[in-house]
Amino acid sequence: MEIKLVSNSKIENVTNTKAYKGLENRPGNKSLFEKIFGKSNIGDFIFEKLTLLFAVLVLLLVILMAYEMYTNSRLSIAKFGWNFLISSTWDPVTEVYGALPVIYGTVVSSLLALLIAVPLGLGVAIFLSEIAPGWLEKPLSFLTELLAGIPSIVYGLWGIFVLVPWLRDHIEPYLSDHFGNLPFFQGAPYGFGMLAAALILSIMVLPIISSISRDILRSVPFSLREAAYGIGSTKWEVIKLVLSNARSGLLGAIMLGLGRAIGETMAVTMVIGNRPIISKSLFAPSYTMASVLANEFTEATSDMYLSALIELALVLFIITIIINIFAQLLVWSMNRKWKKG
Amino acid sequence: MKKNFFALLTLLLGVLGGAISAQVQLNGAGATFPAVIYSKWFDEYKTTTGVQINYQAIGSGGGIKQVIEGTVDFGASDGPMSDEQLKEAKDKRGTDILHIPTVMGGIVLSYNLSSVSTKLKLDGKAVADIFLGKITKWDDTQIKKLNPGVSLPNKAILVAHRSDGSGTTFIFTNYLSKVSSDWKDKVGNNTSVNWPVGLGGKGNDGVAGLIKQTEGSIGYVELAYAVKNNLTYALLKNKSGNFIDANFTTVTEAAAATVKNMPADLRAIITDADGKNAYPISGFTWLLIYKNMQDKDKATALVKFLHWAMGKGEVYAKDLYYAPLPKEVVKLCEKKIASITCNGNKISVK
Repeated sequence: MEIKLVSNSKIENVTNTKAYKGLENRPGNKSLFEKIFGKSNIGDFIFEKLTLLFAVLVLLLVILMAYEMYTNSRLSIAKFGWNFLISSTWDPVTEVYGALPVIYGTVVSSLLALLIAVPLGLGVAIFLSEIAPGWLEKPLSFLTELLAGIPSIVYGLWGIFVLVPWLRDHIEPYLSDHFGNLPFFQGAPYGFGMLAAALILSIMVLPIISSISRDILRSVPFSLREAAYGIGSTKWEVIKLVLSNARSGLLGAIMLGLGRAIGETMAVTMVIGNRPIISKSLFAPSYTMASVLANEFTEATSDMYLSALIELALVLFIITIIINIFAQLLVWSMNRKWKKG
Repeated sequence: MKKNFFALLTLLLGVLGGAISAQVQLNGAGATFPAVIYSKWFDEYKTTTGVQINYQAIGSGGGIKQVIEGTVDFGASDGPMSDEQLKEAKDKRGTDILHIPTVMGGIVLSYNLSSVSTKLKLDGKAVADIFLGKITKWDDTQIKKLNPGVSLPNKAILVAHRSDGSGTTFIFTNYLSKVSSDWKDKVGNNTSVNWPVGLGGKGNDGVAGLIKQTEGSIGYVELAYAVKNNLTYALLKNKSGNFIDANFTTVTEAAAATVKNMPADLRAIITDADGKNAYPISGFTWLLIYKNMQDKDKATALVKFLHWAMGKGEVYAKDLYYAPLPKEVVKLCEKKIASITCNGNKISVK
């Protein structure tokens, strides 16, 4: 069987398989099935509908989740309204719930993690796909993928027993000695806090970003590189060309990494300090939405408490959707610019 | 061949079916704190009687919820159900819920001060002020006064508390609310609260991790956990003015001292108890039982089990680092268990 690339996205089968031939041999002689459904092949038909069903199922699942979260959080939505998003008090005793500090903690820790992991991850991917010699590339790829398989509790324990003491005894004192006039590096260095969480997260998302980016860079056709070399491009120019061709895929890889960072629970909760406050300092403790859910859901007995926690889940869900839409817009605008220029 | 196969299948199904119908299975869910002794009990009970009891340690909140929804045969909780919850359960399930205390636990204040070798002494006010953020240094005059002769370092105090909702937090904050009006007004009492200061760790091990990692820290953990992991913890001044070391005897003492004031429904909170040697941060953990059940087999099995737990079961408590119930409380429990009915009829356990 021979497959030829015809257009950007459609792959057409151009060889004459038996079925294809058989169909061609009976023009106008439509089967009953064909008459009813207008499709020539029952297998194609079933396959098409089946895939459609799966696609719709995913959509349905997302809608159902949103609906369930909405109905179960109505109590808290009715009581707190928008205050839920802008108030900073989270008090299960007086049943006053405001999610701003944990929204802040989630977004900032994830973005900080990306700030560290994206340059590193892309660097690893570029090295593996464009520069590394074959004998080095295989074991390195294997090792980065291995990192992705480490359970988050292990990262968390490593965080408590290795990363946190190291930050507390060496990194944080150094930062406050040399950059202490910046608001980011003030306060007592306990090790536990935003900095530790961001570092742990960056290590956790690094293998995701690097291994997916590597696969995407590899899927850029070799003819492109050959053509670029052919007209005298340098290695750096070729890499730039490959990167710009793979940009939407790379952004997708980064988004997957961000998704992991936003939803990560166990490792973060072990090192972040679990305190719902907003502080500029990276040394200060913080809290994330996923951690609050993991921490408080099991013992939430009152209806309002449970409702507030479910609303928190809904907010997390919406933030994830917003970020994904934003990423999609970014890809579109980049594509438009690329086509114009 | 085919015939043989079917014969075998029928036999197999018959055996399985027989096994299922002959054995009563009970399902429960709830508190994580007593999960260790409960699984020991259920295991022992199965080997002696053949009755299978399944227990899911999903947390007290989940246990109460499932009891109200009627998805389990019994629940378990470290904090008693509130009046509203009892009313909701009565409306939905048509029966009262009984609280049966099973074992007890204490909560200790563990700290990390490498320069202090003797056990520190603390009282309720000092503990509340530390957790309120009013006392910020170890050499504060309040702590100094309680510990004459001990040289305390001029070090900042780092408070470590539970970040997850927990019965431990419920009992601890209940104690603080009793001994400090400031705490009662500003923070209050629940399974999780809005902590004025400090870092949160998930579970006893999370708090212990914070304490071990940070010089100058103090936090609260379950006595059982502290004993198993050799943590240093403070002596605490009780209502009678004595500094009490937490152990199984002093925790049991706290319950014994409250027996005469025990409420009829056994929903007793025994923090800050009277009694010369009562450890002030102690608490019961309860099984939540439907007072009137529908399934006769299940009801009989459960009542038999409860009697067994109150008698032979309590023996296992100390080995598993739980404080056993005092005899007086066991008597009250037995009375409660005897009041369980099935469709309004008394259950005979002979």
